[in-house]
Amino acid sequence: MSYLSLAITLIFVIIPLVLSKTLNLGLEKDTLIATVRSIIQLLAVGYVLQIVFESEHLIYILLMIILMIAAATQNARKKGVQIKGITRKLVLTFITVEILTQGILLGLGITPATAQYIIPISGMVIGNSMVLSILFLNRFISEVESKSKETELILSLGGTPKQAVHKQLITSIQASTIPTIESQKTIGLVQLPGMMSGQIIAGADPVQAVLFQLLILFLLLTTAVVTSIMLGYLSYPTLFNERMQFLKLEAKK
Amino acid sequence: MPSLNAAVQWNNVTFSVKGKTIIHNLTGTFYEGKITTLVGPSGAGKSTLFKLCNGLHTADTGDILIAGKEIASYPPVELRRMVGFALQDATMIDGTVYENLAMPLTLQGKDLSEEKAQELLQLVGLPITISTQSTNDLSGGQRQKLSIARTLVNRPSILLLDEITSSLDRVSQQDIEALIVRINKHYGTTIVWITHNLQQARTIGDYTWVLIDGQLIESGESSLLDEPENNEVRLFVKGDNS
Ligand SMILES: Nc1ncnc2c1ncn2[C@@H]1O[C@H](COP(=O)(O)OP(=O)(O)O)[C@@H](O)[C@H]1O
Ligand SMILES: [Mg+2]
Repeated sequence: MSYLSLAITLIFVIIPLVLSKTLNLGLEKDTLIATVRSIIQLLAVGYVLQIVFESEHLIYILLMIILMIAAATQNARKKGVQIKGITRKLVLTFITVEILTQGILLGLGITPATAQYIIPISGMVIGNSMVLSILFLNRFISEVESKSKETELILSLGGTPKQAVHKQLITSIQASTIPTIESQKTIGLVQLPGMMSGQIIAGADPVQAVLFQLLILFLLLTTAVVTSIMLGYLSYPTLFNERMQFLKLEAKK
Repeated sequence: MPSLNAAVQWNNVTFSVKGKTIIHNLTGTFYEGKITTLVGPSGAGKSTLFKLCNGLHTADTGDILIAGKEIASYPPVELRRMVGFALQDATMIDGTVYENLAMPLTLQGKDLSEEKAQELLQLVGLPITISTQSTNDLSGGQRQKLSIARTLVNRPSILLLDEITSSLDRVSQQDIEALIVRINKHYGTTIVWITHNLQQARTIGDYTWVLIDGQLIESGESSLLDEPENNEVRLFVKGDNS
């Protein structure tokens, strides 16, 4: 694709703009911002990737991954400010998920140890881990708040902190991971996954694209479950002190 | 009263939340083997006092001695089993009556036998057929009875009851009053009972505390409610009797 054809595709931006204007939907400003941002961000990433791929320097790969983790943390921490030390816990979770998945992929020789594989896969893994973290934190905080009486009850009868929030923890882990599992049941029936579509358009053999997509799907299952469980078990102890007393969640900043 | 031992001794206890003082420099005693009734207007800090006693909160300053030992010297789990606490709104976990009743043991990885469960239900005046029902289907009064039975499962030596008869009709209230007296006489359990019913506080209590704005305004034998010396207490007693 050339820059000329990219310019022509702006038609697809003009259509919603015109519709929004005529119907007074008020979406023009956000549509324009989204368009400009996506062009700048993706082009920048494209050029950066070009440099990284050409140099094949480990340090560039690491740098990219660190950037991804930083951005994911920045995004997800807003949903968990009520939990003490949430930034640290998120960073630890993302690093663990990244090391675990890449460790298996590279260690067993499933994917080659080149930037071309490591970076996009890391992007998908960390991006999904971020979404899972947000889903988990949203649910966990609301469960903890709405079930504070039950928590106090269990403590008052001689239960441990873990017993006092066990139900809330399990509910939140389930609720946050179910969408990932559910979406895989219908995948391919309604819509082709974006990555697979991209590969096919770029000329890859469809079966090869499918195999690769399956790898990603399975990877994301691990990512989802590990993220929720790890974040949950890192988070719940901060709700209690050493006298096993239930602390109120920190106020939202 | 030199022959009485202190089950709970409060020495200059102060407790505050976010800069707001809820318990002010409180000194007093819950006597071993006696029933103390605790009265006072809403928001006086009665429930907070129980949470301090059961270890759900820690006092900012002052000492709380349980059976003569500093409260902090007990491991929290041990303290909470020893100081039983029936919470104000008879909170239940989702599940059946049996699951709620068995909870103190379940938390220790133990089971509550069918016979023991029936015995406890009967003790508080609940039909044993209720065992498999969801607690969501219980009336307010049934929940309060279940909450008492559940607290007894740990066999506490001190029993804190927070407004446990507020949703009960007069007959059930009298049943519970009789039950509390029976537990006290039979097991020698020290009982502290928060109630809004001054009649109840007067007749069931051996001793009574009047708590207003986090301060222990008056304490002594429950007959103090007949002729309160303190003006604030007199106003409170009059107002509540209307
Ligand atoms: N966790 C808490 N955070 C802030 N304020 C509280 C908390 N718990 C109790 N309070 C306040 O402490 C005071 C005493 O409450 P409480 O002990 O429940 O009174 P009572 O049981 O006598 O009605 C009230 O003013 C209440 O608003
Ligand atoms: Mg109260």
